[in-house]
Amino acid sequence: MSNSHDKHHEPQPPVLTGQHTYGSLSDKVASIPLDPKHSKGWIFGFLIAFSLFGLLHMAIGWVFFKGVGVWGITNPVGWGFDIINFVWWVGIGHAGTFISAILFLVKQQWRTSINRFAEAMTLFAVACAGLFPLLHMGRPWRAWWVFPYPNTMGLWPNFHSPLIWDVFAISTYATVSALFWYVGLIPDLATMRDKATFKPVKMIYAMLSMGWRGAASHWERHQMAYLLLAGMSTPLVLSVHTVVSFDFAMSLIPGWHTTVFPPYFVAGAIFSGFAMVLTLLIPIRKFYNLKDMITDKHIDNMAKITLATGWMVFYGYIIEAFMAWYSGNQFEGFMMLNRMSGPYAPFYWALILCNGIIPQLLWFKRVRLNMLFIWLISIVVNIGMWLERFVIIVTSLHRDFVPSAWDIYTPTKWDWATFLGTIGLFLTLIFLFIRVLPMVAGFEMKELLHHRKKHQ
Amino acid sequence: MAQLFPRKINTIAKLSIIMGLGLVTGILVLGGILTRGPYYTQVGIAREQKVPFSHKHHVGGVGIDCRFCHTSVEKGAFAGIPPTTTCMKCHSQIFADAPMLEPVRESFRTGKPMEWTKVHDLPDYVYFDHSIHVKKGVSCVTCHGQVDKMPLMMKKNTLHMEWCLSCHRNPEKFVGLREHVADPHWKNTEDQKTLGTRLVKEYKIKKLTDCSVCHR
Repeated sequence: MSNSHDKHHEPQPPVLTGQHTYGSLSDKVASIPLDPKHSKGWIFGFLIAFSLFGLLHMAIGWVFFKGVGVWGITNPVGWGFDIINFVWWVGIGHAGTFISAILFLVKQQWRTSINRFAEAMTLFAVACAGLFPLLHMGRPWRAWWVFPYPNTMGLWPNFHSPLIWDVFAISTYATVSALFWYVGLIPDLATMRDKATFKPVKMIYAMLSMGWRGAASHWERHQMAYLLLAGMSTPLVLSVHTVVSFDFAMSLIPGWHTTVFPPYFVAGAIFSGFAMVLTLLIPIRKFYNLKDMITDKHIDNMAKITLATGWMVFYGYIIEAFMAWYSGNQFEGFMMLNRMSGPYAPFYWALILCNGIIPQLLWFKRVRLNMLFIWLISIVVNIGMWLERFVIIVTSLHRDFVPSAWDIYTPTKWDWATFLGTIGLFLTLIFLFIRVLPMVAGFEMKELLHHRKKHQ
Repeated sequence: MAQLFPRKINTIAKLSIIMGLGLVTGILVLGGILTRGPYYTQVGIAREQKVPFSHKHHVGGVGIDCRFCHTSVEKGAFAGIPPTTTCMKCHSQIFADAPMLEPVRESFRTGKPMEWTKVHDLPDYVYFDHSIHVKKGVSCVTCHGQVDKMPLMMKKNTLHMEWCLSCHRNPEKFVGLREHVADPHWKNTEDQKTLGTRLVKEYKIKKLTDCSVCHR
């Protein structure tokens, strides 16, 4: 990568600060997973996450036992928390690939210290997302019916259905993201192997690093593989949430049947993904003292992207409302009015507040560099993006074409248990990840250091 | 630094890629074979019954028409299992003391119906109707096979949905003459393609492949 960097780039604020050598970087990165002691804070956080994960088991067990009737879904609102959470989690899973692939291809150096973590977060978010359609099926043990294979029913899945496109979009995304993440990890896994002192741990890292010796031929292939995977992931960043938006846009439901959905969903996904990276990274960099690597510059850049994508999303809201009026379609018009002033109006206005108004604070550099502020804003955005999916799904469905079919959707405690449970699963995986794998790409940091030395 | 692994690990690591792929493919192929094979479908496996009723003897030997016992096949969804009195019409006279037929006599005495093991058992979510198939010229043997040659009843076909659809998609390959529908010995003298195409038109057979035709 270093040889491909433009040598005459303009001076930028450093993306690596402090007095670091190759050795100190390696030590810093490897020391967190290799520390034989669990810190108290880690144990505390892990226990909370793990108990929520337990709640997920309970919730899923109950859904399997009783069926999806334990949820709040009703007859016009057949898509409740399950789909809301699915879209929310998939959206969060977008930052990883965006940071890793797109920012890699456009040679943004500031991606290096956060890409590993963001990719891991992506994988875990996609895992959480994947659970919901499975549970939503009602008979998850038939889930494999969504795949085209020569079955005894003599049928293919319905290729006209966006839900089947979704199966391919999400499974491709999960596979490519996992590969990309793993390929990026290999050199660092080898470092871990070399640093580890306890033999079994050494052997595990050795197996995972696939015999990496750091030979020039290894690096050459690694760089090429990484570049190719980045190229493959890039269209996926756009395609996955586009296809998710098709689940809605291909239908004829007022409020769903709009052409603005694909771009607006993709922007929303990156928006929520960056918000989640900020929510997680700000405490982690403080806790593990990673400020040299994940600098204020990183946080600042991520905040800017959040602001930019936030505007794209806000534009989507404006267009939705405008089109509802401009189309002159009475159902579209009613849907929008119902959204703004119906029984779910508080959710709509909370969403505008969270995604449209509050992120405007990010225009100010003082806010972008105030970690507490930006952390709070990122949480607000996460909530806002969840509300967005709630509003899109519930308000479009609950009052459809036939007033006699109207109903109110209220989630049950099992809806909440499943949702909180997936947050538990997500955080459990994050906690395990930071304990067993290097969360900062050590070798890429060393490249940065090399680069910095060369140009000083 | 000492080597962590012996040299042979290189080969094992490479082999594990092939083995892993092989394992996954193997499991999938095995699943496909099992769900289509007789272990799962019971095709060609004679099922144990309390009374070893032989269709070979009754249909092939004696020459009883299918509809003599399965009376509702032309009118109802179910072909119907005959009541014990149907058996006793003959077996009060012939083989009246055969120990093999004791369960039949017992059922006749007590009025408790005979218990048979259902051989052609469709899933409960399939709403199959015999009468329409018989009316459209699908003969008994097309689905049930040559029962006149089966000492004990067995499935001739898997009853998988792909099997149903093979006819629902191409009925002309399977329809026969309505009037010979219950005749296990009938062979069409014409070429099936000409006959089938003619009958599909004549009997107004539609290619019913909507889900709701069989599932509700």
